[in-house]
Amino acid sequence: MKTAVIQFPGSNCDEDAVKAVVATTGEAADLVWYTEEKLDDYDLVIVPGGFSYGDYLRAGAIARFSPVMKAVQDHARKGKYVLGICNGFQILTEAGLLPGALRHNESLMFQSMTLGLVVENAATKFTHHYDSGETIRIPIAHGEGNYFADEATLRSLEANDQIVFRYANGENPNGSVADIAGIINDKGNVLGMMPHPERAVSELLGSTDGKRLFTSILTSWRDAHGRA
Amino acid sequence: MAAHEPSIEQVKSEKIYRQFGLTDAEYDRIVELIGRMPNYVETGIFSVLWSEHCSYKSSKPVLRRFPTDGPQVLQGPGENAGIVDIGDGQAVVFKIESHNHPTAIEPYQGAATGVGGIIRDIFTMGARPVALLNSLRFGPLDDKRNRYLFGHSVAGIGGYGNCIGIPTVGGEVVFDERYSQNPLVNAMCVGLIDQGQIAKGYASGVGNPVLVVGAKTGRDGIHGATFASAEDPHEKERSAVQVGDPFMEKLLMEACLELIATGKVVGIQDMGAAGLTSSSAEMASRAGSGLTMDVTKVPRREEGMTAYEIMLSESQERMLVVMQQGEEHIAFDIFEKWGLEATVIGNVTDDGMLRVLDDDGIAAEIPVTALVDEAPVLSRPSLRPGYLDELLPSPRAWQVEDYGQALHTLLSTPTIASKAWVYHQYDALVRTETFVPPGSDAAVVGVPGTKKALALVTDGNGRQVYLNPEQGGAMAVAEAARNLVVTGAKPLAVTDCLNYGNPEKLDVFYQFETSAQGISEACRVFETPVISGNVSLYNESRGVDIYPTPVIGMVGLLEDVAHITTSKWKAAENPLYLLGDLQKGIDGGLGGSEFLRAFAIDQALLYQLPEFDLAEEKQIQDACLLAIHKGFIAAAHDVSDGGLLVALAEMAIDGGLGANLTLTKWDLNEASLASLFFGEAPSRIVVEVHRDKEEAFLKWIRQTGTSHLRLGEVTRDAVLRVSSDDGVLLEASVDSLKNAWQGAIPAWMN
Amino acid sequence: MEFQAKINVTLKDSVLDPQGKAVTHALHALHYESVSDVRIGKYMEVRLEAESAVKATELVHGMCEELLTNPVIEKYSFELVEVVS
Repeated sequence: MKTAVIQFPGSNCDEDAVKAVVATTGEAADLVWYTEEKLDDYDLVIVPGGFSYGDYLRAGAIARFSPVMKAVQDHARKGKYVLGICNGFQILTEAGLLPGALRHNESLMFQSMTLGLVVENAATKFTHHYDSGETIRIPIAHGEGNYFADEATLRSLEANDQIVFRYANGENPNGSVADIAGIINDKGNVLGMMPHPERAVSELLGSTDGKRLFTSILTSWRDAHGRA
Repeated sequence: MAAHEPSIEQVKSEKIYRQFGLTDAEYDRIVELIGRMPNYVETGIFSVLWSEHCSYKSSKPVLRRFPTDGPQVLQGPGENAGIVDIGDGQAVVFKIESHNHPTAIEPYQGAATGVGGIIRDIFTMGARPVALLNSLRFGPLDDKRNRYLFGHSVAGIGGYGNCIGIPTVGGEVVFDERYSQNPLVNAMCVGLIDQGQIAKGYASGVGNPVLVVGAKTGRDGIHGATFASAEDPHEKERSAVQVGDPFMEKLLMEACLELIATGKVVGIQDMGAAGLTSSSAEMASRAGSGLTMDVTKVPRREEGMTAYEIMLSESQERMLVVMQQGEEHIAFDIFEKWGLEATVIGNVTDDGMLRVLDDDGIAAEIPVTALVDEAPVLSRPSLRPGYLDELLPSPRAWQVEDYGQALHTLLSTPTIASKAWVYHQYDALVRTETFVPPGSDAAVVGVPGTKKALALVTDGNGRQVYLNPEQGGAMAVAEAARNLVVTGAKPLAVTDCLNYGNPEKLDVFYQFETSAQGISEACRVFETPVISGNVSLYNESRGVDIYPTPVIGMVGLLEDVAHITTSKWKAAENPLYLLGDLQKGIDGGLGGSEFLRAFAIDQALLYQLPEFDLAEEKQIQDACLLAIHKGFIAAAHDVSDGGLLVALAEMAIDGGLGANLTLTKWDLNEASLASLFFGEAPSRIVVEVHRDKEEAFLKWIRQTGTSHLRLGEVTRDAVLRVSSDDGVLLEASVDSLKNAWQGAIPAWMN
Repeated sequence: MEFQAKINVTLKDSVLDPQGKAVTHALHALHYESVSDVRIGKYMEVRLEAESAVKATELVHGMCEELLTNPVIEKYSFELVEVVS
């Protein structure tokens, strides 16, 4: 499995994502500059966290017009995997790859802490190494992570099991509707989440609960490609 | 000369130089040095370089006494930041700097640009910034203006560090009346570098091109450096507020690091205080060269800017770079990739002149030596303040009705209370190398690709320095070292931020030079030379000076991440020991303590500090560090603000465990209990020992001759219980202690 | 012709505005109890060249829908004035 981690001006979790992929899957990961127009060689594209274009205007609003985002759209259309983390999730919603939008945290404060996430759907290509209903500990760090979707969209997210992660009871840090922390598209190949699984991959970092996200993706890819 | 600018004669006859903070004597000295009367632009240039902020004219004679050398020091004071060897061809680069005055005017931008400035100091050296810390002081939170300053400063610090992607891993926040009008924001940045990559601020090599890179220049912050040195708040307000752009700085940082890595950079310097003026003069001064710069080539954000304004602008996120001749295109290409400007504005000369050209020809021409080497040095008079000789002996006895209640009250004092409200606004984990996040004694960040890690801390206790400048200065260094040691790290070196009141007052200058003396002595004992730092004077308003507040930033090295030790209790039944002399702790009394401030504020400044012995402190720290390296220790925490019970409570809260403590060996009378529980005598550490290693620990600790006392054991039952022969002295549920500790600051701020 | 578009972007009425809510509370605390609601938005000034006011209006609608707002949560309005130099 080959992974591309997109680098926008202002991305700052790009190298962390590369490190985490290599450490958890043993597979290669490249940094790909935002002007790149082709991602054909890659199986997984990670849109990492950070402050692309300073998050000026709205988080993710400017990055979505980068040349590389056309290639990310194509990649997703082909059914290949796209993972958006934090700012990456914001970019994917701005780009229309995922429904809804992310507003300023209800507290109006940036919030950074490790908290509980409930794995709502452990049947996705990104989460099948978790147990359904399991609570995992993953760090968050964002100022605009307050997920919003209108009633109709929410109903369809619920109906299609597209809500993958929710903040554990009482731990919603930002006011997200329905405690939503991460969602997947209806085709099941694009996941966006505010928490940072790449920050929870070793005992030294305080949690290893993020590992299984990356290993889930690897085995999904291997299963699809008939490799052991 | 630009239209409307005063003439050479007017500068003299109307004494315009006085508006810039130059004295008549300084003006006369300038005339003598350059052999003629300076024009308006030249007067402006002299005034900023000769300001306290840039010239350190009051503090220089004092700073010269700091120990700055050691086998580990690769770069001492005088560059953008200091550098220390950490082995394997790698080095750590660090510095702390104040942004107090800008924060008092506009807390969000003041604090944010303080962070931006210190980050530039680190990557200018070629180092990758890996961590930020902040030492903050505000007035009490019951005042609305203080809450505003505190809340917005914290947001500004987070806003900058979070965006640029450097984790904010530690620091401290202290609240006291003395900082009500004068908040302190001291920001520290730490970077890592391969020793072969070190860049310096040298403008050498005749003909080499000089480039301005990064953001465009506007009219912001003109004379910021001059007014930072003024005490009148209205004066301070006259300096325009600079606005930070962390996104721009992120790009600038990546571009500069990429550029330095090419090896084609001759010298590079941040344009901080006094912008182009100080960066160009300092780079030429270090190299013994001259510079000619055409200011019309500097990319500008506003129209109609004069040479004067361009030279003195403090627009943020800019650097001055000297490239090897003919290699300019490398800079152009790299900066274009990052969407930034890089413009040649002049070149290096060998005539020793700082020459500024504009459309009309030469706008300024001054010998660099006159600007830098000849900057005035003041030997300010000092006088020991009378209050120091009127202090009473530290009281041992204090009537306390209910120790549990008193502990709850202390834990909910904002200075002692949990700072989670603060650090939850900081991204502490980006870079995924933060192994001990904020909230412990010291933060720990890994050195990528090795088993090593750095422990980082800032410490300073202004009230203690006020009560005993020399001992207080030494105690600040000792506490910083102790915080590193309990984390498992060997202290390496110091950066200091020296915050004081008006140095023209005899007693303030006494506090300054005497506390610096204490810092020097302690740095010698701990073998932690001062490798960088900053002085902030005139922290006074309406005649009231802040406490003398030297802040010690210290970096330590862990050879192996396996040595990382935190303060939280790990397992029930593990024994707890106090390292350090308990009797001395009792005898030390309550002088200088948070307890007095909380329960008898009118007496908080009446008493002497507990005694302090540097040799004893060093011995206890050495023993603790070795005990950690030998694997005896499960948790360690230093006893500081609030005293022994607060230290124990913090360990309990963090670990979610309780403890049974029994004090039977001492002749404890009711009167001395307050001192035992809440006194802040230094040189004490609480350690949790692995119970299967207790015997080995004891055998070894006795050999070292370290004072130690078994306090009791950790319990699964989350209750903190202290008993003596006479029965239970205190019993408190850890949950209720936790609520008091965690709830205090949010209760004020939300 | 040169135009200036004065664009206001606000959250849709159905979307909670945490900043507006905070300011409402703050105003109440300052004894402006008569304030019933505050909505906070963004104000932008865009200068552009266009053949006519009609064309300029079309362009501004385009940029608002494509970049300047997120239609999932935001709405906009603007005023167009000709810049006479």
